[in-house]
Amino acid sequence: MRPTAVGTPVDRADARSKVTGTACYTVDVVLPDLAHAVVVQSTVPTGRIVRIDAAAAERAPGVLGVLSHANTPSLAEVPTFPQGPAGQRRPPLQDDTVNFDGEHLAVVVADTLHHAAQAAALIDVAYDREEAVTTLEAGDELPPSGIFGEAPDSVRGDPEAALARAEVRLDATYTTPTEHHHPLEPGATVAAWDGGRLTLYDSTQWVSGVRDAVAMTLGMATDQVRVVSPFVGGAFGSKAMVWPHVVLAALAARHVGRPVKLVLSRAQMFTSLGYRSPTVQRLSLGARQDGTLTAIVHAVTQQTSVFEEFVAGAGYISRSLYACPNVAVRHRLVRVNAPTPTVMRAPGEAVGSFALESALDELAAQSGVDPVALRLRNFAEDEPQEGLAWSSNALRECYQVGAERFGWERRTTEPRSMREGRHLVGWGMASATYGVHSEAAAARVRICADGRILVTSGTQDLGTGTYTTMVQVAADALGVPVERVTAALGDTDLPPAPHSGGSQTAASVGPAVWSAALDACSKVLALAEQGDSYAEILTRHGIEFVEGRGDARPGASASRFAMRSFGAHFAEVQVDPELGEVRLTRFCGVFGAGRILNPKTARSQMIGGIVGGTGMALTERTVTDRRLGRVVSPNLSGYAVPTHADIPWIDVCFIDEHDPHVNALGVKGIGEVAIVGVAAAIANAVHHATGRRIRDLPITPQTLL
Amino acid sequence: MAPLEYLRPSDEGAAIALAEADGRACLLAGGTDVVGLLKDGVLAPSRLVDINALPIAGVEIRDGGLSIGALTRLSDVADHPAVRGRFPALAHAVLAAASPQLRNMATVGGSLLQRTRCGYFRDPVTPCNKRAPGTGCSAIDGEHRLHAILGGSDRCIAVHPSDPAVALLALDAVVRTRGSRKERAIPVDDLYLLPGSTPERETLLEHGELIVAVELPATSFAARSCYLKVRERASFEFALVSAAVALDVRGGVIRTARVALGGVAPRPWRARAAEAVLRGSRMTEATIAAAASAAVRDARPREQNAFKVELVRRVLTRVLATAGAGG
Ligand SMILES: Cc1cc2nc3c(=O)[nH]c(=O)nc-3n(C[C@H](O)[C@H](O)[C@H](O)COP(=O)(O)OP(=O)(O)OC[C@H]3O[C@@H](n4cnc5c(N)ncnc54)[C@H](O)[C@@H]3O)c2cc1C
Repeated sequence: MRPTAVGTPVDRADARSKVTGTACYTVDVVLPDLAHAVVVQSTVPTGRIVRIDAAAAERAPGVLGVLSHANTPSLAEVPTFPQGPAGQRRPPLQDDTVNFDGEHLAVVVADTLHHAAQAAALIDVAYDREEAVTTLEAGDELPPSGIFGEAPDSVRGDPEAALARAEVRLDATYTTPTEHHHPLEPGATVAAWDGGRLTLYDSTQWVSGVRDAVAMTLGMATDQVRVVSPFVGGAFGSKAMVWPHVVLAALAARHVGRPVKLVLSRAQMFTSLGYRSPTVQRLSLGARQDGTLTAIVHAVTQQTSVFEEFVAGAGYISRSLYACPNVAVRHRLVRVNAPTPTVMRAPGEAVGSFALESALDELAAQSGVDPVALRLRNFAEDEPQEGLAWSSNALRECYQVGAERFGWERRTTEPRSMREGRHLVGWGMASATYGVHSEAAAARVRICADGRILVTSGTQDLGTGTYTTMVQVAADALGVPVERVTAALGDTDLPPAPHSGGSQTAASVGPAVWSAALDACSKVLALAEQGDSYAEILTRHGIEFVEGRGDARPGASASRFAMRSFGAHFAEVQVDPELGEVRLTRFCGVFGAGRILNPKTARSQMIGGIVGGTGMALTERTVTDRRLGRVVSPNLSGYAVPTHADIPWIDVCFIDEHDPHVNALGVKGIGEVAIVGVAAAIANAVHHATGRRIRDLPITPQTLL
Repeated sequence: MAPLEYLRPSDEGAAIALAEADGRACLLAGGTDVVGLLKDGVLAPSRLVDINALPIAGVEIRDGGLSIGALTRLSDVADHPAVRGRFPALAHAVLAAASPQLRNMATVGGSLLQRTRCGYFRDPVTPCNKRAPGTGCSAIDGEHRLHAILGGSDRCIAVHPSDPAVALLALDAVVRTRGSRKERAIPVDDLYLLPGSTPERETLLEHGELIVAVELPATSFAARSCYLKVRERASFEFALVSAAVALDVRGGVIRTARVALGGVAPRPWRARAAEAVLRGSRMTEATIAAAASAAVRDARPREQNAFKVELVRRVLTRVLATAGAGG
């Protein structure tokens, strides 16, 4: 490819429609005769429903119908990810058991949203409450059956012996709280039936997953369900799987014989779309005096629901980031009366890196080695777990460029040694890594006689920039300016594409678009000699358009190379020494993540990840009352994400990296590596500023007093 | 949210009459608190009396002091040169409250009467003596990291969330109210009740009684006043602990002191013991330390909020030193 569009900061294709409010998100969809559904949720963490009294609700003004376990048909289970697309296997409204507070128990449908909400408040549920396990600490640990197909425990070398012999040893426990994704747009579905055919407008990271899950749940043929999702108001993993409210919208629409819109409230978002499980992580490191790692033992305990298993591989990062001959990783689960957790931006790595990268900082301090030097010393020349060569690895450049841009050499070693007025200043850093993922994807590219190009794929743009980058890829493949190209995405009627998670969209769909464009191009060229424009050739032949198809699937390289994105984060904090307030004042993130299709949208991705990591470090936590098993203050005042005032200017830099192995475009994926290590970099900066090692997130004034 | 009657009278008498006539009526000013409480099902009034058409907005200089109309938006209060110049603690406190967007809507009257942020109060499902008297307090044995260390009772330990109210308390502000039968001038210090056994009663105001203005008297201590707030993020966040102090220092001796605390009690909290330590003393480190300790001598912290005791001391130490150094 001779890139002219790819690699340049092309403006977002959907910027104008979003800024002017014409982009139609699911919550904006209006259909003729649209009715509105409101979900009623449980208010106890476990027990049985003795009675659901819907009589008053049914009589309330505007009410069209009420669904509960009493009148809901039996629904088929859908396996959870990665065996299937469901976020929660257990289908809704099937029986009288309650497994967590905030579980969907009924749906009220009315002619207006207000009528539905008003009637929902009239539903009276009586419970026979049972004893609940509401915290990770209160339950028994059990080994998970697997983690996305991998073994939960693994050992390489002899970590225990290596620890016993180590010149420097560290043994510490780190914890992270329950975190929620809280995209701007809540979970939302609009369902419309046309005879036996169902159309769903859904805010999702995976249109075909929604189609498959709903078809399976309702016992329909897949081709009887169409899912449309042109714009998604953020997701971060909360919409990667298919959650019960989606099928509830479909059932509600069938029940009342009208199209139905179901939008979750912000409070319901705390129990309806999964969350990042809290973690308790015990990390033991062994090293030589010079900081060379000899052993890592990373044991993680997380929670899952009482009825199914979800577990993120938080400990896996300890196997692959550094060269270390002896590594043991262990994952355990505790069943809690809480919803099933799910993926959240860099599931596993985001929390695992907090423990590992904090521990490395502790090791640096203990062994008197500079944190950057320590990481360079432990750089893994090959992937340490499988022993494969890296397809590419720019981690060393990331450290070096980041240190330069940040001015790392001016850092004084001792904690509490840097000041700005009355504030303590601290500099900390951490490594980042995230695997390269891709799945089979298809795309079509249409070249029209009027010179316009249309790219289509059943992928989805979560706000990450897919509309823009796919246009760039097609424009370069065809050698036309980007202005000529538009993309249509987010529809199961389009060629199939995988879920937008695991930072895999560009790496999966990009190559499909590329080959579809080449296919279209060759079809046009078959008609004439080169030199003429596409439009001239097609017009001359009286052809309205030609269409190229592209299929891409992960190549054989995956078994020959280890493929990961890498990065280095550098953070500066200022801490008020008496009041304990921490403010992030400077941040630099440098990434080696393959070819960057669009530096502008990519920069936004990295900033978003770093802001997310800042929230993780300093403000975000979901608080649950342990007796009630119920979230306290389920709103964005109780769950504090960073505001503008909390975020300094962020310096983002990409290493120019050419990876011939990952895929035809050399794209690795960037959305998740951005958040990995951020919380540790900030915690390490807090330690440098104050001398206090905070191992429990978030770091608040209370923890620093 | 249940259906309700919405009325928007344009004179005070009508507003008061409409509110008094319906025992379940609620006044609506900026709505930044009321609307959230309605949507969460915490309030279910039968009638909303929107007072935004009443002519009670604006800041006036009166008798050397200020009269701030109850409907004055917080952003206008903070912008007013006389507030900034002569009552700095109020300007600081207002700017530390909420976010610019909220301050453009929120009014001074509403800020004084906003309800607690206690998560149990705001969740209609959980027991709460303030919302549903007699059901019990969920916070006492539950999540109370953000709750009161002073002034609470065994029925309620919710904190009053207002920043401006803390500054107004330290500045001896007086609330002017109007009911159908009487007009009153109530010092902010007298406005709020402690929860005791009736946490549902929060102020002296009677049903339908309208705050028309908040008056700031000319005092010897207002000019040397300041406000400090500690919170977990830089904006858009309620106080963990805050303090307003105002001092009259002459010849190196503190003649008068006002010390008020936020985030620690069911009402804006007047730290009289700290004031007593300061009065007649010189502003030395020892004085400051003694005053800061006096402020929390009667504190009754619980498991999760014990950190607030130390945080109050440190906030007061900082803010007293700042005010003492000024002017
Ligand atoms: C997300 C969020 C963050 C916030 N952060 C802060 C913060 O950090 N610090 C802070 O101090 N505040 C904060 N607030 C609260 C905000 O300041 C209050 O909601 C606001 O001041 C209330 O004013 P209002 O005019 O909107 O009142 P409304 O919501 O209209 O009314 C509030 C109450 O006052 C009564 N009322 C209003 N005016 C009168 C009157 N003239 N006479 C009699 N009764 C009256 C109403 O009946 C109602 O009971 C925050 C609010 C939100 C939503």
